[in-house]
Amino acid sequence: MPQVPLSSIAFARSGDKGEGSNIGIIARSEQAYVFLKQTLTPDVVRSHMSSINPGGVKRYTADNMRVLNFLLADSLGGGGSASLKTDAQGKTHGLGLLRLELKVPQEIIDSISGGPGKV
Amino acid sequence: MTPKEAANKKVLIANGQGFWGDSILGPVRLVNEGPLDYLTLDYLAEVTMSIMQKLKTRRPEMGYATDFVKLIDRVLPQLVEKNIKVVANAGGVNPHACKDAVMEIISKHGYSGIKVAVVEGDDILEGLDDLMSKGEEFKNMDTGAPLSTVRDSVTSANVYLGAFPIAEALDQGAQIVITGRGTDPGLVIGPLIHEFGWTKEDYDKIAAGTVAGHIVECGAQCTGGNYTDWREVPDMARIGYPIIEASDDGTFVVTKHEKTGGLVTIPSVAHQLAYEMGDPANYITPDGIADFTSFSMEEEGPNRVRVSGVKGAPPTPTYKVSMSYHDGWKALGQLTVSGPDALAKAQLCAKIVWQRLALDGYEYTPEERMVEFVGANVCHDGIAIPGAQEPSEVVLRMGVKGPDRAKVDRFGPELVPLVTSGPPGVTGFAGGRPKATEIIGYWPALLRKDLVKTHVTVFTS
Repeated sequence: MPQVPLSSIAFARSGDKGEGSNIGIIARSEQAYVFLKQTLTPDVVRSHMSSINPGGVKRYTADNMRVLNFLLADSLGGGGSASLKTDAQGKTHGLGLLRLELKVPQEIIDSISGGPGKV
Repeated sequence: MTPKEAANKKVLIANGQGFWGDSILGPVRLVNEGPLDYLTLDYLAEVTMSIMQKLKTRRPEMGYATDFVKLIDRVLPQLVEKNIKVVANAGGVNPHACKDAVMEIISKHGYSGIKVAVVEGDDILEGLDDLMSKGEEFKNMDTGAPLSTVRDSVTSANVYLGAFPIAEALDQGAQIVITGRGTDPGLVIGPLIHEFGWTKEDYDKIAAGTVAGHIVECGAQCTGGNYTDWREVPDMARIGYPIIEASDDGTFVVTKHEKTGGLVTIPSVAHQLAYEMGDPANYITPDGIADFTSFSMEEEGPNRVRVSGVKGAPPTPTYKVSMSYHDGWKALGQLTVSGPDALAKAQLCAKIVWQRLALDGYEYTPEERMVEFVGANVCHDGIAIPGAQEPSEVVLRMGVKGPDRAKVDRFGPELVPLVTSGPPGVTGFAGGRPKATEIIGYWPALLRKDLVKTHVTVFTS
């Protein structure tokens, strides 16, 4: 099975949510969404982002948008104006998660036939 | 209007400002480059209210988004000529001062008869003690702590009002509606309620307006801004700001003006739908609950995404309250360290700063201090970067925070001396010594709706 970064099968958008951040992972195809719903668990995200986020990770799903929404509880160094971090709003957390290397079946990779920009 | 006319009616609502500080070109181009019925402008972030409150304390005629007045000055002739209505939360903590400034602009341009409305009732700072004495605890929604623990430090307190007062202002003929704190989607829902006569019980339609408002509330973030596949986004310099083409049945199309840059596709819209999202099935606003898992999206043409089937539920009995309070002090500074051995030298610099401060009796706990080596994977700390190399230079970024202002201020003067008393290749000290600035804490709480009175006043120029 090919090992590819999450970015090859998903988009991401992240931002601040209280003292933590949210990362919306948007699958690039329906097959990729079904695959990620199985494999991209809160534990996987928590472990990948553990230096940034010492807190817990919660996941919501929205099938209609092919979105897996992850809430990172403590990823902003205090959050709001109390944070001393460069990325005090978690703007870059989505791209950080997209760096995750995953073993992905070839047919999932092939399902992203429309190229970037098509869901 | 006959039922058929109502069914065919389309209302065009654009958002030209995603936050206070967004480009003025967004709204200026929106009123110039294509058809439009409503221009909404979102100026308020959580900390903005506190900053505005402070400005108002110093100067009673301040405390609103002054950018808005500059914008009106620039586009008023087009607004009048094309009959574009404006809905903006530019009022901040002083909506009447904002209205007065707008009225001055209107008369300066020689117009009269333009109606400007002010929506009030969100600012509960003065009534806070009264509400607390009546038993309102304003428990922090994140921590559960009662407001009494920080009451003396509270600097602003505002209710997120809903969309109906905005609709009321438009019903009374206002061309420009100025509000204080309200929900961001409310700026879009208000015009929809006014245009289509939606009622408070039209839960699905209100929810559709909420989804539409959420999609456009951050301006170009749904039209290709901050988009994963950035190489695919055409002409980002001339990126089109988003427009909602809404129908009475609650369906709407997300689009942008022709010949503008950027893109509107299902993924570009989905990016923004996922932004600042909590539980997608329960998106709570004062006007109702929207289910962001309910609808479908369809690309019906180039740069046209149709959203349909949004489901909603009745609102909760409470408003969300956003309060800010003084939460201590912080100081931040930076220096640039060149190679060779940039990272090792920057690490030594940081160590020296903490050691020198300790020599003088100032020690900061790990929670009170922060070091970053920008250029050596700060944003994606702990995440493996394939092929990453030693950076040729790094920005050393350091900071401290805490309740003691003098202790926070002691940090700044130890940063710049590294240039002459640290390792070689330290530079970039422009900007002077870091000084303590205030940390503004955020206190979210709930308040029973029956304890809040909103009102709308319309003024004619």
